[in-house]
Amino acid sequence: MRNVIIIGSGPAGYTAAIYAARANLKPVLIASSVEAGGELMNTTEVENFPGFPQGIQGPDLMFKMQEQAERFGTEVILDDVTEVSLDGPVKTVTTGYSGTLEARSVIFATGSAYRKLGLADEERLSGRGISWCATCDGFFFKEKTIAVVGGGDSAMEEATFLTRFASKVYVIHRKDSLRASKIMQERAFQNEKIEFLWNNEVVGINGDNAVESVTLRNTVDGSEQVLPLGGLFVAIGNDPRVHLVHQQLELTSDGVIAVDGRSSRTSLAGVFAAGDVIDPHYRQAITAAASGTVAALDMESYLAELEQAEAHLDAPADHEAEAEAEAVESASARAAASASEAATVGA
Amino acid sequence: MSARAVTEQSFNQEVLQSDKPVLVDFWAAWCGPCRMVSPILDQIASENTDKLDIVKVNVDENPQLAVDYQITSIPALKVFKGGEVVQSIVGAKPKAALEADLAAFLA
Repeated sequence: MRNVIIIGSGPAGYTAAIYAARANLKPVLIASSVEAGGELMNTTEVENFPGFPQGIQGPDLMFKMQEQAERFGTEVILDDVTEVSLDGPVKTVTTGYSGTLEARSVIFATGSAYRKLGLADEERLSGRGISWCATCDGFFFKEKTIAVVGGGDSAMEEATFLTRFASKVYVIHRKDSLRASKIMQERAFQNEKIEFLWNNEVVGINGDNAVESVTLRNTVDGSEQVLPLGGLFVAIGNDPRVHLVHQQLELTSDGVIAVDGRSSRTSLAGVFAAGDVIDPHYRQAITAAASGTVAALDMESYLAELEQAEAHLDAPADHEAEAEAEAVESASARAAASASEAATVGA
Repeated sequence: MSARAVTEQSFNQEVLQSDKPVLVDFWAAWCGPCRMVSPILDQIASENTDKLDIVKVNVDENPQLAVDYQITSIPALKVFKGGEVVQSIVGAKPKAALEADLAAFLA
């Protein structure tokens, strides 16, 4: 049985792996098959990660994190987790092609997934003018008029990046101010190709075979207008990826995995969570990395506690398993009590 | 065996005139998800050599093909049969999901 399985390969997952590997715990990290490296793989310049004064490309940063985790003995598996069983002292994690793994602890660092607009024609026109990845698809919109929906850093970064290709980029935002950082806002405001459409939300996407226009509704007076467009990039935020742990771990009212206070301890003993999957507010590469550290340290103390409990067991051999289960159960009950308290406070 | 590259020059013969169904992977070096899905397509190709041909089109080097097939998001996977597009898949997906999408051509 392994010490720890880390699920996820963004900054949280790799940082947890670096700490766990340096603690000699030989972590295995399940990175996903097609999304290894996480959200930063679709990002261009990262300018706010300390230690890189000239900035660093998102994918380069993630390859470096992976290399650092592997240097200390992390086993990285490029596969997807299909099922987890987290109850009790032995956690099992089932993968698509690499079999079922067992471990005494699990760290969830599954991050978040792009939020969709939730419009009827969104799916139909995906890949026909609707995109979630400016770095992948900007190339196809040379000299076109396009729009980015959203008001955060990702939306500003995408809009600015897309001006390399497009002749005009509208930013559609449902409020009259942005939540993006000041530097990203300024960069977008100063870009002549970018025009802001404040207080507008997209209520319809139109086109038979490709996006031809969007229908906008003014959030102040309710009026609607049709805006002709060659493409629409959606950057309206992310939702925590918790589908694997539904019914198993407590979630908060924000939909993230509930943890005990500032720790990474979830409602089940031996199960920890880090990064965007527990964070509805900050969601930065560096906060995710820090959160990964917390998870690795919490996991280390849990394993140490477990070992101590096992060492102190002087029960006869046939009762050993039972006693161990009991010890784990009491730790589990403690964790569950504090996490549900956190969940209640959140609600 | 990895999927071979097809260009604007060879597209007609290798894709449109092929007797077998051909899956074309439209990709580019700058596209992270394209690089992730590429080895998965190589695997599917080598496991199904008798049923489905899998080839790659670099859209950076062959922009006219991207225009002809109205590619606006990559990776874009298109299955050609008798010169016609019979299925389109957009975005990188895990192997099992791709196999499910391509079931009709892998059976």
